[in-house]
Amino acid sequence: MNGFMSWIEQRIPVMRVANMHAIQYPAPKNMNFWYIFGFLATIVLVNQIITGIWLTMSYEPSAERAFASVEYIMREVNYGWLIRYMHSTGASAFFIVVYLHMFRGMMYGSYQKPRELLWVFGMLIYLALMAEAFMGYVLPWGQMSYWGAQVIVSLFSAIPVIGPDLVEWIQGDYVISGATLNRFFALHVIALPLVIVILVFLHIIALHEVGSNNPDGVNIKHKKGSLAEEDKTVYKIHEHYTDKYDIIDDVVPFFPHIVLKDLVAFSVFLFGFCYIMFFMPEMGGYFLEHPNFEVANPYKTPAHIFPVWYFTPYYAILKAVPDKLFGVLTMFGAIAVLFALPWIDRGKVRSWRYRCGLHKVNLLAFTAVFIFLGYLGGTPQENWKIIASQIATIMYFAFFVLLWIYSGKEKTKPVPERITL
Amino acid sequence: MKKWLAILLLVPTFAFAAGAEYPNDHADIDLTDQASLQRGAQTFMNYCLGCHQMQYQRYQRTFRDIGVPDELGDKYLRFTGEKVSDYMTSTMPEDDSATWFGAAPPDLTLVARVRGADWIYTYLRTFYVDESRPFGVNNLAFPNAGMPHVLQDLQGTPRLATEMKMIDGDMKELSVGLRTDGDGKLTTEEYDETILDLVNFLEYTGEPSRLQSESIGKGVLIFILIFFVFVYLLKKDYWKDVKK
Repeated sequence: MNGFMSWIEQRIPVMRVANMHAIQYPAPKNMNFWYIFGFLATIVLVNQIITGIWLTMSYEPSAERAFASVEYIMREVNYGWLIRYMHSTGASAFFIVVYLHMFRGMMYGSYQKPRELLWVFGMLIYLALMAEAFMGYVLPWGQMSYWGAQVIVSLFSAIPVIGPDLVEWIQGDYVISGATLNRFFALHVIALPLVIVILVFLHIIALHEVGSNNPDGVNIKHKKGSLAEEDKTVYKIHEHYTDKYDIIDDVVPFFPHIVLKDLVAFSVFLFGFCYIMFFMPEMGGYFLEHPNFEVANPYKTPAHIFPVWYFTPYYAILKAVPDKLFGVLTMFGAIAVLFALPWIDRGKVRSWRYRCGLHKVNLLAFTAVFIFLGYLGGTPQENWKIIASQIATIMYFAFFVLLWIYSGKEKTKPVPERITL
Repeated sequence: MKKWLAILLLVPTFAFAAGAEYPNDHADIDLTDQASLQRGAQTFMNYCLGCHQMQYQRYQRTFRDIGVPDELGDKYLRFTGEKVSDYMTSTMPEDDSATWFGAAPPDLTLVARVRGADWIYTYLRTFYVDESRPFGVNNLAFPNAGMPHVLQDLQGTPRLATEMKMIDGDMKELSVGLRTDGDGKLTTEEYDETILDLVNFLEYTGEPSRLQSESIGKGVLIFILIFFVFVYLLKKDYWKDVKK
């Protein structure tokens, strides 16, 4: 067996890569609850791909058959309902873990030098995920699928000169139709999953190049030769890291320590996930919207059109601006500004534990505003909500402006030298 | 700013209170009650299937799930001449029905997931005589509904009951709900029970996998709990040597 393994190893570096990136990867020992969401996002991604493959075996991407084929899966395919609910619950779970993952990055400054590209790759995943989720939501061809697509695709018509032609090009028709459904299906099951998987790969490569951050924002890699022998880690860490750096005795190996920790978190997550999936898959109309159980009807506009909950903050920003083109720009600007976060934040201290009080207030206010925008975008329009969403939109962008101002010369607390549990 | 947030978060509760929708009665349905599902199926086949279909649900699947042997189902539940393995479709042509009713009667397979059981339960119990409407009836839960009161021979003729009351010194006519003329085959309680069974059946057809889902779900959750205990202990054991 050993001979066989080394025969393989000489031809393709299976064990070397496994050791380098999983087994002997150095992870700070103080990575807390907030550090599980990257792992969970990966699990959910795998779930989406596997259940997605099985769904495509019975789903029919045509305007005539799409809705009926979903009900066919729900009723007549063996455990089809389970596969479908795993996929639909997984879609919302994906955004829950991704939002918490991003919040973690903002709390502990995981986007700061040298992790700027890591953050940018993460944002690209988020962007691709939004496109993936949007197109996936169109596929069941219910009322919200249809009218949601109508709203989102028509946004492009706001672009001057080429707008209307662009919309026609995206739709493949003069209206949202079976042609649109077909191309969204192609993008949803082949193009975007490929893009996402590649981006996730790059995200992890970038992470392992710069190393994991931690709640204290303390560096675990030190210049080669700068640490005394008793300060170096007692664990077996891969030469890939120890050849270049001295690894301080504040780390644990990814396997088994972090893997076991992640498995504990995973079983808690799975409990919640399965509870929703088996007992309340509609999640009160948030994961599966009630009007979407009615087949798409181009002649009957629903009383209220909402995107699914994970898009509602941006939908509120879009509706807050009276001018359509400016509204679209503001909405995309709200996402674009997140890309620039590593350069907007001029701070040198990563973790909010050691940053100024204003930073904590600013970040918490931003989070509250984001959730509030989600509420505004997901409930029927009322007069007071217009002004409320305008104020909230301004506060959303104010977070970045304030951050840029105070991070220039910020009063920070001393960051500890070493990590304590 | 905190004050602002508090105000913004409180406002919606007031705004919601102003809604003008007719309040739904609670439908206390029970998917495990097969007798209720069977009665509901019978009401559906006799009164609804003439116009509304269930194009995603098959007879045989339905019979098996609600505990009706195929032979009994053929005798009491299947009248359209379709095979037992067929979908429960209506014989009414869609084009004609659109002409007769203004719109084709909607498919009812998933109606409980679109509208909710409570709404249907309320809707079917709030028809009232209104001569200004094409079918002579209107509805409290669904004003100007384009559907005749098909169950009128069961319920009796329902009329809006009003009372004169003194409000702010003026006599005003106030609606106090519905009363029937008492000419139906059923009493009010029996009628409510019939509708409850029907709603139960519609809830079942909306998601036939619900009971199976919950029974598998319980096993899965118990498994995850046990898995959690083992993983937690294993993690604790591996981490006990990690320096604080």
